[in-house]
Amino acid sequence: MTELFDCRDTYAATLLDLAQTDRDVVVVVNDSVGSSKLGGFRKELPDQMVNVGIAEQNMVGVAAGLANGGKVPFVSAAGCFLSARAMEQVKADLAYSGHHVVLAAQSPGVAYGGLGATHHSIEDVSWMRTLPGMTVLVPADPAETEQALRWAVGHDGPVYVRISRAKVPAVHPDDYAFAPGKATVLREGDDVALLANGTVLHRALAAADLLAERGIAARVVSMGSVKPIDVDVVVAAARETRGLVTVEEGLAAGGLGGAVAEVLTEHAPARLVRLGLPDTFAPTGSDAWILDHFGLDPEGIAASAATLVE
Amino acid sequence: MRSNWEFETPVLGRIGKDAPRAEVVAFLQRAGTELRRRDPIMIDHAGNGHIGGDFSIADILLTLLLHELNVDPADPLAADRDRLILSKGHTAGALYIAMALGGWFPPEDLMTFMDPGSKLNGHPNRRYVAGVEANTGPLGHGFPIAVGSALAAQMDGSSRRTVVLLGDGEMQEGSNWEAMMAASHFGLENLTAVVDRNRLQQGAAVADTMSLEPLADKGRAFGFTVHEIDAHDHDAILDVFAAGPSEGRPTLVIAHSHKGHPISFMSDNVAWHHHVPSPEEIDAILAELDELAAPAGREDSK
Repeated sequence: MTELFDCRDTYAATLLDLAQTDRDVVVVVNDSVGSSKLGGFRKELPDQMVNVGIAEQNMVGVAAGLANGGKVPFVSAAGCFLSARAMEQVKADLAYSGHHVVLAAQSPGVAYGGLGATHHSIEDVSWMRTLPGMTVLVPADPAETEQALRWAVGHDGPVYVRISRAKVPAVHPDDYAFAPGKATVLREGDDVALLANGTVLHRALAAADLLAERGIAARVVSMGSVKPIDVDVVVAAARETRGLVTVEEGLAAGGLGGAVAEVLTEHAPARLVRLGLPDTFAPTGSDAWILDHFGLDPEGIAASAATLVE
Repeated sequence: MRSNWEFETPVLGRIGKDAPRAEVVAFLQRAGTELRRRDPIMIDHAGNGHIGGDFSIADILLTLLLHELNVDPADPLAADRDRLILSKGHTAGALYIAMALGGWFPPEDLMTFMDPGSKLNGHPNRRYVAGVEANTGPLGHGFPIAVGSALAAQMDGSSRRTVVLLGDGEMQEGSNWEAMMAASHFGLENLTAVVDRNRLQQGAAVADTMSLEPLADKGRAFGFTVHEIDAHDHDAILDVFAAGPSEGRPTLVIAHSHKGHPISFMSDNVAWHHHVPSPEEIDAILAELDELAAPAGREDSK
């Protein structure tokens, strides 16, 4: 049985370590202590936690002011509210102002499954990717989550990073080294390329197994850094395979699928299938059911990939 | 006619806390006149601006930047400087002139206002001008930023202060009330919010658009110590900041002002929110300012 991890545990442990090492690291929450698994942080470092209550505009503005005052704020709130409710603050107070604030979006995508589309955050990657100066990271497992956070704490600028409650296996090798703008080929293959990140990267790896059974060699690329994006790896996939499939937990329009489409159009036109949510809100169901429903189950991903080699 | 406008805006620098009150007031009155002389000409140059609000906030802005706050034009990013956050960012023109008068940058830069590539954007930008604290313009942003700034000082045990300047129309933004709850909850006695109560917003009176009253009661209900002053009375402005904070409570100053003050045909006239003055109107503004600044009895000595 493959061991599964809740990356919020990694987030909480890493943030605690960062904040104990550097007392200027603070966390800003909107009553989202439990949902961010920050109960331990609050107990250990209460003076480095700012809880503004249920007030997202104020939350992001306060983070900007803390950065102005020399702090390194991590804003920790459900992705749906952090991105949508506070979007103008994210734009003006963080991105336009060039403040070093890390937006740690909790349980984005469809992680809140049955709670419905109000609580889904399927637009966040698309929105954040359009903000000048914003880095957008979608780590897939504990190792990548920890490394992304440790990079973000030293980066002088705003960072949006997704942290999900969805249980995921470890997919990166022991020697994995995260870097912004750097994708990692997890599995070689020259028939098709599966480009995935976040909670669905392991589904792409499972799809590659299914494709191998059919004699199709699928390259699997870990795309944890959506912005900046690794142009070279995308171009190589375009030139060395017969087509690409992007796989993400969110809207393909403007998300990883959109980012890859832009690279291909500019540098290396190739066939592309974008898997994710189409132009619709998700129906009611668990997160796993919703992903399966939109063809992001291993069989569905494999079927989409197979169309590129037929 | 325009040749009359070719005068220099001086670098006045700052006046210290130890200066006698009469000298401080005279200094700030002169600064206020210089700001109001330059502002319409900058707006004429840019073809855009917010002259009414520039004039209503001018005296408080100058008092803070050139006297009251612990800020240094020669070291504009000193870690322990006081923070002045202009939340009503549409009055960037007033901020820029105040900063030029204080010595943050050369006054000749003022006539690049809104030019292509100018650091003097129509709304303030901290990345263009060292000493600007926040990229405001969309309303309701400065107060939360000020709360964060004051919290950082509180966490560090720093004595630095944060002052946020707000428009009264701007108080219709809900984010300000989120920030007020937080400022009170966190006991931010190092935070002062000043509402430029000129009673007019872009298109009409605040009271006719979405009324704020009873604003002082609302401030007290949110846990602030509330002062009401005449925004153009230098002694009142100096006194309210000299009074210092109430222990454990943030301060709200309701600064009763006049949009377009002190020009007869601008004052309290909503049309002057972002009216670009004609050459004739600029001449009239300059003439009124000269008249007001003239030493008493000058007419007799002619």
